[in-house]
Amino acid sequence: MAIVLQARGLCKTFGAVTAAAEVSAAIEKDSVVGLIGTNGAGKTTFINMITGYLKPDRGTIAYEGRDITRLPPRAITRLGICRSFQIPQLYGSLSVFDNMMIGIGIVLRNAGLAGYFARGAAPVPGFGRAAHEVAEHLLGRFGLAEYRDRNAQVLPGGARKLLDIALTMVAKPRVLLLDEPTSGVSAEEKFGIMQMVLDAVRAEGATVLFVEHDMEVVSRFAQRVLAFYDGRIIADAEPQAALADPEVKRYVVGNRA
Amino acid sequence: MKRDRTVALVLGSFVLLAIAGPWLPQWAMFIMTVAFARGLVALGLLLLLRTGLVSFGQALFYCLGAYSAGALGRFFGISDIFVEMLVGGAVAAAIALVLGFLLARYRGIFFGLLSLALSMILYGLLVKTEALGSTDGFNILPSTLFGARPGPDWVRYTVLLSAAGVASVAALLVHRYLQTPLGRLAPAIKDNEIRVEYMGASARHAVHVKYVIAAALAGIGGALAATTVGHIDPEMAYWTTSGEFIFIAILAGTGNVIAPFVGALIYGAIHTMAYDVSPNTWQMSLGAALLALIVFLPEGLWSIAGRLRAQWR
Repeated sequence: MAIVLQARGLCKTFGAVTAAAEVSAAIEKDSVVGLIGTNGAGKTTFINMITGYLKPDRGTIAYEGRDITRLPPRAITRLGICRSFQIPQLYGSLSVFDNMMIGIGIVLRNAGLAGYFARGAAPVPGFGRAAHEVAEHLLGRFGLAEYRDRNAQVLPGGARKLLDIALTMVAKPRVLLLDEPTSGVSAEEKFGIMQMVLDAVRAEGATVLFVEHDMEVVSRFAQRVLAFYDGRIIADAEPQAALADPEVKRYVVGNRA
Repeated sequence: MKRDRTVALVLGSFVLLAIAGPWLPQWAMFIMTVAFARGLVALGLLLLLRTGLVSFGQALFYCLGAYSAGALGRFFGISDIFVEMLVGGAVAAAIALVLGFLLARYRGIFFGLLSLALSMILYGLLVKTEALGSTDGFNILPSTLFGARPGPDWVRYTVLLSAAGVASVAALLVHRYLQTPLGRLAPAIKDNEIRVEYMGASARHAVHVKYVIAAALAGIGGALAATTVGHIDPEMAYWTTSGEFIFIAILAGTGNVIAPFVGALIYGAIHTMAYDVSPNTWQMSLGAALLALIVFLPEGLWSIAGRLRAQWR
């Protein structure tokens, strides 16, 4: 399989805390990868370095063979690497529909299809449809159609999470990084949300990395697991093998016996 | 969806003013023209306020526009209203383009105070510049229009109509801009800049563009005020002048591009009446009006329009 994302020897320290120590990983195209580890193990730092929020002290990140280590977040997004957030980052004063339209507007503008006086009526790249149709389409796909005209601020937790992810989909990401897509969501909802997200993402076609604490969710949905501990990757394997790893059992899963 | 009548409303008001204008008393025309000048500045503030930015320094560009218009007459003998407004707007925009590289990095109180500081620098410079009349400023040539010099009875009307025309065009362009993807980023930046960046847009660039547009509008407003009043002085860059514009913008509300002009007109009326009633304490009356407004109409005058619409339904 082709490698879409390659991290080599990433290091990052915050004062005395080592958030990444020689982190290397190669992510295969169209795979679904789960990132596990306790709080502070370096999962989010890894995502933040890939998406440009943090610059690694050392090491490189290549996307489809191109070095993206020093690019700002918006440049990385434009290349097709998009992310969602542990705490949903929405436009709180706007309706769910307008949240989508803002995102689609940015896509149109980056494609040179909207200027200072052009309203951006051109078909959205990657979708071949008008902006409002794309918004409706994605809202439907993420089960958010009923919230269309609601203010993003007052959505239920699960819907906020879904909207946060739906917003990343407008740019047709090739790599999608989901930071704890099911945190703050009830146990019953978790599987439903992950299923819906992965169905939507697969339909649009993208590689997915997701941070997750629930091992049942990980073993059900991930094809591969990266286990983090103390800024290092201590296991990189298929879910069953990774979760059976003695180090992972000790440091990540915890001895439940 | 709510029907948008903004374009019809702007064009209708313009035609109405053009027809009714000649019958208005001179003082009313003066107040209205000054209101258009201040409204243009407040229209720029509307753009910034929607982006979550409060500039305490729009007087910088207002004053730049006014002095550009003044310099045209003083050094080149040009007194055409439209040339004055064009040059005023262009000079303000050019300075804003440069300053924007610095200001677009800041948000909140830092943006506000930095913009205030910059306008006070201009004030300081003008006060010390003998060639521009220092604290006294200087007088502006009577306005002409495309080389024609309107008769004394028609000067005010000519300036008023030119002001209304420019204000209408500016309002419609801003209205249109707010509907484009770039314009719609305003509330997005106000709400969540991180998300804007992570969707592939540069918030800093968007703020920079809005800052330049706001400056150009303030520059045009300044040139218009200069030619209307016939005199300019450094007070135009003083921070209290910026305060007036914020007052107008808050009074008006940010709901619609017409609001700043309505706000400016009402501000002008309150100001004139307060001055008439108590020349020494007019600021107090104005302050009381603002206080009442914040308590009873926190969304500005424009929110009345929304309430009325809701009632009629």
